[in-house]
Amino acid sequence: MNSIEIKDLSLRFGEVEVLKNLNLSIHKGEFLVLLGSSGCGKSTLLNCVAGLLDLSHGQIFIDERNVTWEEPKDRGIGMVFQSYALYPQMSVRGNLSFGLKNAGIPKAEIAKRIQRAAEILQIQDLLHRKPAALSGGQRQRVAIGRALVRDVDVFLFDEPLSNLDAKLRADLRVEINRLHHRLKNTMIYVTHDQIEAMTLADRIAVMRDGNILQLDVPSQIYNRPINKYIAGFIGSPSMNFLEGKLSAGDNPSFIFGDERFDMSRYRFDGEGQQNGATTLGVRPEHIRTGNAAQEMPISRNIVVEVVEPMGSDTLVRTHLAGQEFRLRMDGLASVNKGDNLLVGFDPAQVSLFETTSEQRL
Amino acid sequence: MSTLKRSNPLFRNLNAKIAALPMIATTLVVFLGCSIWTVVYSFTKSRSLPLNDFVGLMQYERLFRTSRWLISLENIVIYGVFALVFSFVVGFVLAALIDQKIRFESTFRTIFLYPFALSFIVTGVVWQWILNPTMGLQASIRSMGWESFTFDLIAGRDTVIYALLIAGLWQGTGFVMVLMLAGIRSTDDEIWKAARIDGIPTWKTYLFIVIPMMRGVIMTTLVIVAAGIVKLYDLVVAMTQGGPGISSEVPAKYVYDFMFARGNLGQGLAASTVMLTTVLIIIIPWAYLEYGRKKKG
Amino acid sequence: MTSELLHDQQKPRTYSFDARPHEPAGAKPAKRLSPARIMIYSLLFVATLYYLLPLYVMVMTSLKGLPEIRLGNIFSPPMKLTFAPWVKAWDGACTGLYCEGLKVGFWNSIKITVPSTIVSIAVASVNGYALTNWKFKGSEVFFAILIFGSFIPYQVMLFPLVIITRELGIFGSLSGIVFIHTIFGMPILTLLFRNYFMSLPPELFKAARVDGAGFWRIFLVILVPMSLPIFAVALILQVTGIWNDFLFGLVFAGLKNFPMTVQLNNIVNATQGVKEYNVNMAAALLTGLVPLSIYFISGKLFVRGIAAGAVKG
Repeated sequence: MNSIEIKDLSLRFGEVEVLKNLNLSIHKGEFLVLLGSSGCGKSTLLNCVAGLLDLSHGQIFIDERNVTWEEPKDRGIGMVFQSYALYPQMSVRGNLSFGLKNAGIPKAEIAKRIQRAAEILQIQDLLHRKPAALSGGQRQRVAIGRALVRDVDVFLFDEPLSNLDAKLRADLRVEINRLHHRLKNTMIYVTHDQIEAMTLADRIAVMRDGNILQLDVPSQIYNRPINKYIAGFIGSPSMNFLEGKLSAGDNPSFIFGDERFDMSRYRFDGEGQQNGATTLGVRPEHIRTGNAAQEMPISRNIVVEVVEPMGSDTLVRTHLAGQEFRLRMDGLASVNKGDNLLVGFDPAQVSLFETTSEQRL
Repeated sequence: MSTLKRSNPLFRNLNAKIAALPMIATTLVVFLGCSIWTVVYSFTKSRSLPLNDFVGLMQYERLFRTSRWLISLENIVIYGVFALVFSFVVGFVLAALIDQKIRFESTFRTIFLYPFALSFIVTGVVWQWILNPTMGLQASIRSMGWESFTFDLIAGRDTVIYALLIAGLWQGTGFVMVLMLAGIRSTDDEIWKAARIDGIPTWKTYLFIVIPMMRGVIMTTLVIVAAGIVKLYDLVVAMTQGGPGISSEVPAKYVYDFMFARGNLGQGLAASTVMLTTVLIIIIPWAYLEYGRKKKG
Repeated sequence: MTSELLHDQQKPRTYSFDARPHEPAGAKPAKRLSPARIMIYSLLFVATLYYLLPLYVMVMTSLKGLPEIRLGNIFSPPMKLTFAPWVKAWDGACTGLYCEGLKVGFWNSIKITVPSTIVSIAVASVNGYALTNWKFKGSEVFFAILIFGSFIPYQVMLFPLVIITRELGIFGSLSGIVFIHTIFGMPILTLLFRNYFMSLPPELFKAARVDGAGFWRIFLVILVPMSLPIFAVALILQVTGIWNDFLFGLVFAGLKNFPMTVQLNNIVNATQGVKEYNVNMAAALLTGLVPLSIYFISGKLFVRGIAAGAVKG
């Protein structure tokens, strides 16, 4: 059963089309992440689902109910904002109860819901405090609590962790994950942070220019990106791209410069194979060195040009047949500028893109 | 280096001190010096020229026995209370209305603010004419057929202060509106979204969420408007000259008249000292709150 | 889960609008004339009437002859259009002893406003700069007193200032009134400039110092050119403020230099002679013309000027 369905949704601000004919189904209890860089339309889409923005075209269903024209409060959603958006002059309890009081819910019921939310989020001791007296992490918990007490099936998160420092962000990420497992309600989560997306999502929708480029489970997004943009967007350090051409056939191979890589182990999408200009993408972390490289179907010798030790791992920059190339090695690896190094990778782990359309082959 | 040739600290940063000299002189001589002078000489017998003849509270005793001063005080209290209440209520409502994504927003804003660009003298002259019972608004409405229409605030001893109020609000409400609008617009967008999701009606959002968030702007505006009300002078001079009789006298006019027209400096100084005290009573708690809050933050 | 492609070009839609034709779709039907909207616009309309009516009455009255004014209605447009009141207000109305019209006051106001504006802005901008980048011991205290001082009623300082200007030999002269406007313009202008200079990146100032530029050089060569908008705001603030001043002009400028506002008041509230309402209105409009033009031309800068004091920069 689908919890949320978006059909043919378009949004236009004057001449500018911000969302372009989107279709999206979200299952009950699913954690869906909308991922993209700023200006891609992810927050706009979330605001449309919340009812904070009017659509130009299309429909939105929540729990099989057409809510396209419904007010936000009637949609059965709760929302958590980046700036927390707590009512600053009210205590935490006031923040949690204001909407409920306004909806005419009996006092006893309000108290019960606040009690439950406070317990889940462990903010029982903060109920009498004003938001100004809370830390960033505590504020965000209260903001989540405000969605929680609404007792709704759908939670919307608009970059909820972006205002927090790195450590708190990691902690709260785990907590949101836990919350999802406990409550089992549908969540849509907007972020530009790929780590949040990869760790939290059941499925990720990667957005760009008002389109959803790819909607899939995190591992697919990471391993089989549908186009070059997603391939470059996901992963850090980002994927290496080598420009060359594909020679199709029973034993397809990727030719660039004087090099020829055997691509017979590569799993092509659909009809896939075609001759012509092609980009080969390989992730720096998928590249093996030394003995391990020898066991790889493809291996080459390179000269180390720049070494960037990052502690947990070491980033090496070099050129492969004249094209820039990065690889990630163990943090303990002893490697120096000028070293000769054997590197290798498995064609099954690479991605091939048609150069002009940038679509996956 | 500097330790070897330590210059006199007075000359360090000399250019900046020279540049700040006008400010230093103004604060010390004018704002502090002149105020203190006025307070001190309010305890003397000065008539047309300042005298060093101290007579204690005599000027104040006489001041508070003078009906003209008592009327001035009563007027400024009535005017002040109503002006504050109305300019804030109307100013905020207008700002909130303008905030409703209306068409011609900047036209409305321009119209509500233009009187603020005018001199109080011009304002007084216009409203004196409009409120003139024999030829202005009242006469015009009567001539259109509503014979019993009465709107002669300016002619009545008990009502003339409300005539001043109408003119004063006409000039000043736009100022409050602009500041309230700036305050409303500076509230976080996401607060509004949160309130919509919570299902809070717009008016409740303004009342219970936005207004409490605007405390700083409201307090500051309040102090500016209040300090302006105490200074009320030009409008009265242009519109009623304190009349009918002495029924629309105000303290600032009392001070001016006694100092410059009647040659009774002692009275003028005592009256202005009372004005100063009033302003201090308004300002000090505010400054304390503002300053105290900043220190805590 | 397999990847679903969401582009309608790539995958046929599961649903189309024809499938559920009666469902809400697209933008919520615009409720242009909802009761709330009607209410909003009616209130705005009423407020607009209150604000515009005096201007309308002023213009209409100033274009009528006296007989028509005595009969008629302040709202009715003139039956017989006349510009005589404007001519008289400008050229022949009596301001106390003389009957030379407002033109004398107009030129006086120009003579007062121009130097007062220039001097007060020059002093306050340097002041704000010193307070921002060259803080010295006690500078914040002086600034606090300055701001505090702006709330003291002028009446409190009026007489001592008369004594001071008299001692300086500038009482009742143009220099005297310029001096007074410079003093009382200082708090708001200093605040305006200080807040603006504070908002500039301090690295700019530091870089200039490292490059060896001194106090005045940094101010004139670096800060002033990049602060032109705030100078414009200050200009608008001062020109309207000084033009509209009444009290200081009355006390300090001297009989010969009475500004336009004082002369307007003298024309309107002259005790002798017949009240010429049309001339009064023309005179009021003439007096208001300069600040109103500035207001309508400058728009947002004017708003910024008056908001500068209240909303902290």
